[in-house]
Amino acid sequence: MFRPKTDVLQGTLALLVLKTLVRGPMHGYGITLHIQMLSNEVLRVEEGSLYPALHRMAQDGWIKAEWGASENNRRARFYRLTTAGRKQLAEEEKSWARLTQAVASVLQHA
Amino acid sequence: MSWLSRLRDTFRTGRLDDELDEELRSHLEMRVADNIASGMTPADARHDAHKRFGNSTLLKEDARETDIIGWLDTVAGDLRYATRVLRKNPGFTLTAILTLALGIGANTAFFSVVNGVLLNPLPYPQPELLVTLHESKPNFLSGSISYSNFFDWQKDNHSFSSMAIARDYGFSLTGLGDAEQLDAKFISSDYFLVLGANPVIGRTFAPGEDKIGTAPIALIGAGFWKRKFGSSPEVLGKSLTLDGKSYTIVGVIPEAFDLYRSAHPTDVYVPIGQWNNPLVPNREAGLGIHGIARLKAGVAIEQARADMERVTANLAAIYPDADKGIGAHLVPFTESLLGNVRPILLVLFGAVGFVLLIACFNVASLMLARSTSRTREFAVRVALGAGRSRLIRQILTESILLSIIGGALGLLLAQGIRRAALRVLPTEMPRAADIHTDSHLLLFTVVISLLAGILFGLAPALKSSDLFLSETLKESGRGSSGTRHRAQSVFVVLEMAMALVLLIGAGLMGRTLLRLWDVQPGFDPHNVLTFSISLPPSMNAASPAAIRAAFRHVHENFGSMRGIQALSVSWGAVPMGSDDEQVFWLDNQPKPSSVNDMNWALSYVVDPDYLKTMRIAIVRGRFFTDADSENGQHVVVIDEVLANKFFGNEDPIGRHITLQQGEMKAEIVGIVPHVKQWGLDSDETQQLRAELYVPFMQLPDAAMKLSPTGTTLMVRSDGSDAKLFDSLRRTNKLMSDEQVIYGAQTMEEIISVSLAARRFAMILLGVFAALALILSSVGIYGVISYLVGQRTHEIGVRIALGARRWDVLNLILSQGAKLTLLGIVIGVAASLGLTKLMARMLYGVSASDPLTFIGVAILLSFVALAACYIPTRRAMRVDPMVALRCE
Repeated sequence: MFRPKTDVLQGTLALLVLKTLVRGPMHGYGITLHIQMLSNEVLRVEEGSLYPALHRMAQDGWIKAEWGASENNRRARFYRLTTAGRKQLAEEEKSWARLTQAVASVLQHA
Repeated sequence: MSWLSRLRDTFRTGRLDDELDEELRSHLEMRVADNIASGMTPADARHDAHKRFGNSTLLKEDARETDIIGWLDTVAGDLRYATRVLRKNPGFTLTAILTLALGIGANTAFFSVVNGVLLNPLPYPQPELLVTLHESKPNFLSGSISYSNFFDWQKDNHSFSSMAIARDYGFSLTGLGDAEQLDAKFISSDYFLVLGANPVIGRTFAPGEDKIGTAPIALIGAGFWKRKFGSSPEVLGKSLTLDGKSYTIVGVIPEAFDLYRSAHPTDVYVPIGQWNNPLVPNREAGLGIHGIARLKAGVAIEQARADMERVTANLAAIYPDADKGIGAHLVPFTESLLGNVRPILLVLFGAVGFVLLIACFNVASLMLARSTSRTREFAVRVALGAGRSRLIRQILTESILLSIIGGALGLLLAQGIRRAALRVLPTEMPRAADIHTDSHLLLFTVVISLLAGILFGLAPALKSSDLFLSETLKESGRGSSGTRHRAQSVFVVLEMAMALVLLIGAGLMGRTLLRLWDVQPGFDPHNVLTFSISLPPSMNAASPAAIRAAFRHVHENFGSMRGIQALSVSWGAVPMGSDDEQVFWLDNQPKPSSVNDMNWALSYVVDPDYLKTMRIAIVRGRFFTDADSENGQHVVVIDEVLANKFFGNEDPIGRHITLQQGEMKAEIVGIVPHVKQWGLDSDETQQLRAELYVPFMQLPDAAMKLSPTGTTLMVRSDGSDAKLFDSLRRTNKLMSDEQVIYGAQTMEEIISVSLAARRFAMILLGVFAALALILSSVGIYGVISYLVGQRTHEIGVRIALGARRWDVLNLILSQGAKLTLLGIVIGVAASLGLTKLMARMLYGVSASDPLTFIGVAILLSFVALAACYIPTRRAMRVDPMVALRCE
């Protein structure tokens, strides 16, 4: 139940969301499905983390939200990547690569 | 995070909240739809969707924390919760609030004094340019400026944009209701120009109107204007009868422009040229005239000093008889106004700050102790998803709420405290009139309340939130009580140390005052009343013989009153009251060419009964008799200091001296003991201590003509008449309706006024120290109680195993003793440094007086151990069975 705020996942969540949105605008529920699917059900995005993260990213100007209609014609809020968001994505991809490389090399040689 | 977008959010919060709701709802619905599609029953589908969301309120709260309204919303929630918590523990809440109210109240009250006296700007434009002026003479640094020298200073200097002189005076006012005495000032024309004051109505004095021989005009103070004329603008051009002479009122001066802002505002201002004293134009006369001047912009005081040195040197060359050795002494005005009180007020302000710190530590200690019983509550909150910062915020909200309530109560309390403090405030305190509640004061209260709240809230907040990160969730955490106990002990030790510092400060002041009361003033002040008398204004024009007759008449009338044992006129110095000087030369000396080469002595001009009135015993020879009248041989009496200084081993009796005043040659007929003219504490360090007594009736005619106004009478009574002055006033009225007696003061009052600043410091330090002692005793009581509570089980086991009550007593009390001792050690070390700050206020005791230090340490230990004893008794009564069973 105790939910630490500074989770490693929290950091990667932004990366995953930004990457997902490269394909085009998507609503929150769609984002969770997408990430779950592409990660072969390994990564599950908690709703409790997703919305605060979306809100924060919108405030930072990485994404923009607007109301639209979902596939089933339900009203939903769609998130779209902004230019700043694309730049941020590039940054985060780079640092992710650095991180995984670093972890990998430790695992190899230790 | 972008503040701009936060701000934008603020303006659309309602919408934002709705949007968030709708977004979450649509998410839920999509999930439910998918769940149903994958084969769940609708109920399961819904349940699953909600479960995935977990705490939807928390979710919303988290998403919302990014905007200000949301933040305020959480604060409001915290406040509601804090109120509920505090209301549920009335005992704790009340103790905490009262403790804080005391601390904050004392600080606020004292700040109002500091604010009024030291911080508020003086009511003059650019007060930093104001300089007080004195004539420096061989005997005095701050001597009187003569009228003639002043006009030359004013004309010759290049440093001041304006310069003025003033002299306090008392006028008898007649012809406007009952005759009364007015507080007056003789001033030169530029006085209000220097201060930068504009009249309420009318005008001030024009250049030249301050010269001798001009038409009599007057300015009145706004208070007097209101009292006597109902603030009517018609007052301009009306006449006032002062000492029997008619003055035309030309303007009204606002009250705020009283130079020293003391409790006695000036009623009337008159040009100095109107003073009927024949010595006024005399260049060498010392008549108690002092100056104030305004520096030109950009001129430093050192430049002004150099400039005045040039001016006075020129005058000394032109008028060597009068001005040889005469200089100008310049002091920045704020320094001369506040130089004496600033250190006292700052020491006291520091002391009252200690009281607040102790109060804060106490409340922090209470909160720590209480957080034990709240462990479960916090655990539940953490389990529900509260983070560490969230918990800290909650506890801080509670403590700030406490401190704000305490502060509000303290502000009320401060009004009462201040009223009481003003009563013990020395009447001589400059700017006493400037002490009141203003926006600074409110701001100060709010700031110290908030600071206090954060200060005493932070430690408990950090401690209790730590608890949960260390995963001690399951049980009511005995593991952490160690650290909490340590924090409480640190608080208690610091409280003890600060209380000790305050007690030592108060103790040193107390011993100073005791020492001073023990100092023999050289006379018996008990049952002696002094007051001033002004004969009817018609006497101002009377012959010296008529004046002498009038005073003999006064003497007889008062002297025959029931209960009066002796009385004497006093023209000149009054011990510890006012001073006056005579210059003289000895019979084996040629007449010195300049006044400044003559010998100086304090001058007492009195009646034969003076010694009886003051109960001074003659040392050798005789005092005056009625035969030493205007017709008798001129005689004087000297004190032992004068005898030693000018005659050494020779016998002064029978020798002659010549008084400069009237070139009067007089025989020394007696020697009396020295009287401490300059006060109990500082008389020995003064330069001018020789004392000379002259018979009042032998005053030269010129001086006698001045005596109808402002002569002092000293009366010894048997103490049977509690309203002696009222009786005197009745007798006085029978003599003449136009004769005024005023300014009654007992000799004991005069002495106590001379000690007033110290007494003020001692009373306040005493009160602060007592507060500190009480609060820190409560503190140590709390800690020991807590300890006993924690160790009940252990004590039970010990008793079950055969420990005696004595062992339990020892066990618990030794804890208290350890804390107290540590506090005392730290306190003594701190005091050794801090009491140096008050060395100037001490007399006869050293700032590290061992007797005070030891006595106070014993007192503190005793009180602290007494406070420990109450919970210890509870420990001794522990029933082992009950103690063991409760585990």
